[in-house]
Amino acid sequence: MKFIASVLLTALLSIAACLYLPWWSIAPAAFMSSIIIPQQPGKALLSGFIALLLVWGGLAWYISNRNEHIMAHKISLLIFQTDNPLLLVAATALIGGLVAGLASLSASYLRR
Amino acid sequence: MRILLSIITAAVTVTLIVILNSTLLLPAPLGKLLSPQHGIWQNAEAVDANFSADLNFPQLAGKVDVYFDDRLVPHIFAEQENDAYFVQGYLHAKFRLWQMELQTHAAAGRASEIIGIKALKHDREFRRMGMGYAAEVALKEMEKDPAIKAACDAYTAGVNAWVNTLTESSLPVEYKLIGYKPELWSNLKTMLFLKYMSYDLAGGDDDFEMTKAKNYFSTADFNLLYPLQQDSLDPIIPKGTKYEAPKLQPTAPATADSLYFNDKQLLAMMNPSRPDRDNGSNNWAVAPSKTKNGAPILCNDPHLGLNLPSLWYEMQITTPAYNAYGVSFPGAPAIIIGFNDSCAFGFTNGGRDVKEYYSIQFKDDSRKEYWFNNEWKKTDFRIEHIKVKDSLNYTDTVAYTVFGPVMYDKSFNGGIANGNYYALRWTAHDPSNELRIFYELDRAKNYTDYSNAVLNLHTPGQNCVFATKSGDIAIRTQGKWPAKWKGQGDFIMPGTDGSYLWQGFIPMDETPQQYNPERGFVSSGNQKPADSTYPYYLGRNYPPYRGLIINKKLQAANNITAQDMMDMQVNNDNAFAAQAVPLFLRHINDSLLDNEQNKYLDMLRDWHYTNDATSNAATVFAVLWNKFSDTVLADEFRNAPAGIMRPFESTLLEALHRDTACKFVDNIETVQTETLTEMATAAFTAAVTSLRSLEAAGKLEWSMYQATGVRHLAKLDPFSRLNLPIGGSRYSINATKPDHGPSWRMVISLTADTEAYGVYPGGQSGNPGSRFYDTFVNHWVQGRYYRLWVMKPGAVKDARVKWKMRFSKA
Repeated sequence: MKFIASVLLTALLSIAACLYLPWWSIAPAAFMSSIIIPQQPGKALLSGFIALLLVWGGLAWYISNRNEHIMAHKISLLIFQTDNPLLLVAATALIGGLVAGLASLSASYLRR
Repeated sequence: MRILLSIITAAVTVTLIVILNSTLLLPAPLGKLLSPQHGIWQNAEAVDANFSADLNFPQLAGKVDVYFDDRLVPHIFAEQENDAYFVQGYLHAKFRLWQMELQTHAAAGRASEIIGIKALKHDREFRRMGMGYAAEVALKEMEKDPAIKAACDAYTAGVNAWVNTLTESSLPVEYKLIGYKPELWSNLKTMLFLKYMSYDLAGGDDDFEMTKAKNYFSTADFNLLYPLQQDSLDPIIPKGTKYEAPKLQPTAPATADSLYFNDKQLLAMMNPSRPDRDNGSNNWAVAPSKTKNGAPILCNDPHLGLNLPSLWYEMQITTPAYNAYGVSFPGAPAIIIGFNDSCAFGFTNGGRDVKEYYSIQFKDDSRKEYWFNNEWKKTDFRIEHIKVKDSLNYTDTVAYTVFGPVMYDKSFNGGIANGNYYALRWTAHDPSNELRIFYELDRAKNYTDYSNAVLNLHTPGQNCVFATKSGDIAIRTQGKWPAKWKGQGDFIMPGTDGSYLWQGFIPMDETPQQYNPERGFVSSGNQKPADSTYPYYLGRNYPPYRGLIINKKLQAANNITAQDMMDMQVNNDNAFAAQAVPLFLRHINDSLLDNEQNKYLDMLRDWHYTNDATSNAATVFAVLWNKFSDTVLADEFRNAPAGIMRPFESTLLEALHRDTACKFVDNIETVQTETLTEMATAAFTAAVTSLRSLEAAGKLEWSMYQATGVRHLAKLDPFSRLNLPIGGSRYSINATKPDHGPSWRMVISLTADTEAYGVYPGGQSGNPGSRFYDTFVNHWVQGRYYRLWVMKPGAVKDARVKWKMRFSKA
């Protein structure tokens, strides 16, 4: 229950923060969420990771789908030299998840 | 312990963020770029995106309604004249901001700010060419004209109304990828854009290359290699036209022979960058007597660099004063090529040399004084501060003389110049107000309006074609053309003697022009505007072939329809090959060829001189001609200085037509005298070797060999459309080249309702993530057109209206 609450809170805080702040505000968002809902380090890492994996991956997928992947085709070629929209969505999800997971982990050590 | 762990993981997190926010370890700042709320995903426009909006701006005087059709072409209806330009600026910025800023940065010599030290040479060259100076002069001149100033002010306010809405998320994707932010627009930027067009269209010269040629070859050889007029020339103004005695008779300086024509001093290596020589175009208009429905038809296809986003943006502007439709330049107000309710207008490049270099003698290296008309004159210095990304800023000091900026000196052009200084005299530096021609043409009602409008066009000079619904057709090679004595400015001129300056400009009523000619059509394809009976010197650098073929087709045609004209614009007939191939077929000795070589020769035999996309013979000819001219001219040019002028292909071909034993054919490095048969057969054998590997690589088909593409302005391949299956050639009306070609094809039948067709190789949106980014490219490749819809004010319920933007006064 706590785990799901943490995932939801991290997701909400991240989306809200990114409306006004740079992309890396997902890190302080996950950090805060982990302070508000303390968990074991392993769970904290996982909840932060999953939260942003879902938010960034989901948003990217939603946007790309409505775009019929026009942009994702081109950008995946540009960055990865391979034409694979899914890879670009996966990379987006992974980056969000890693940053948020680590921030969440860092906060989890501060409280028991 | 836990605190320490927390600090360590926090540090790891911060490090990861820094890496993902920069290019320290990654090729791109992936975190910033891929954040769905900030990065490239924000530019991935939904395919069913809604462009409708209700907008309020205090700068507006009244209401403006904009209706977008299914091709995203805006139809602007403004209550107030200048509000239309505000909205035009707003829409240009909304759909094309990045290219507008890139082009004006390039014009101003500010590319280093964005891409760093590798652009410094470009920036110095453009600043030394006086581009910024020219734009400032033009701005001052424009501001004297209240109507144009108001138009520019409104346009600039419109651009900035959009720029001010931008956030990190809504920036065009190129800003995100390259990592910078747009600045506010200004009227100066509009002037810089126009100067960029002047550079592109009237920035060509070959004075250094020709000077080297003059110094290297004997006078007889020089005249043979660089003739003043091609035998096949069919000028814009037909041969046999009678010209009045000129009002102005420039005289060559007394020292011209000794100090200019026969001055053989060697010139150091100098290879300035050049705009594309084939920046040309076709335009023509046919009279009612030659059309099926009795309405004149006007056609235009300007040939320019093929880029995405396109140079052009299509739109309709309707105000109480006028109703114009056509293409506009993102970066400037007005419709540039198009039509209104009374007439249609179009342009091809004049291509005349309006750019001279003078050799300057400074008193010393300080460049403070130079010798001119037997005295030391003081220079002005213009100090150019160039910001360079990730590097120290660069300061360039350019000396200005009576001619203009001293473009080349010891500090520029690699320091290998022979200690000489070269000043640039260019008409683009002179005050002029080019926007007024478009402002007036958009509102023109008749031939008199056109005649007055075109007088405002100074640089780049153009062949302006015109037709009215009342049945008039006209063409005029309009520009600020220097009246030159024969040979003036073909080579670098002495800068110590004022008698080498231009002595005046061709009076506007003496520019070559035609109004309702008897033959029932006017046309231009960048060929020489008039033959040698025209009383002013016109120089030598004009391509003859497209003009030739256009005139031939128009002469033969009757009962012409708009469809005929569209077919003609995409016609792939190769006028050069039609003259060259029969000569080769007569002289290649096929008994010396093996079976495989004969297979390729048969392709040439069966060819109808048409560069269709799938033609193999077109490739055979192109390769053969390259081998042939390289072989034939190799001996003549073996020891020539680098960067010397090469003769045009027409020169070699026409010399052979006059005399198959002409001087070029013999290899001067051998004892025996070579014949055309030997040279042609050898060239063909060599060509087959290349053709064989081309065929093996699947590149024998013409479109595969030529590989025409429409390239993104930052040369990003995924944003480009490469290897397009399109026919045409530089010698065809469909004048395609690898990165250059018909940038807007337009056919206007001036019937009561105006039957208009057009297409450009791009799309209305500059966003690579939009479905409207390259919408028209396939149509363009296939030679198809869109019927242009001139929306009537009440037609808001028409099925073609997809979105509506309403602009009101706040």
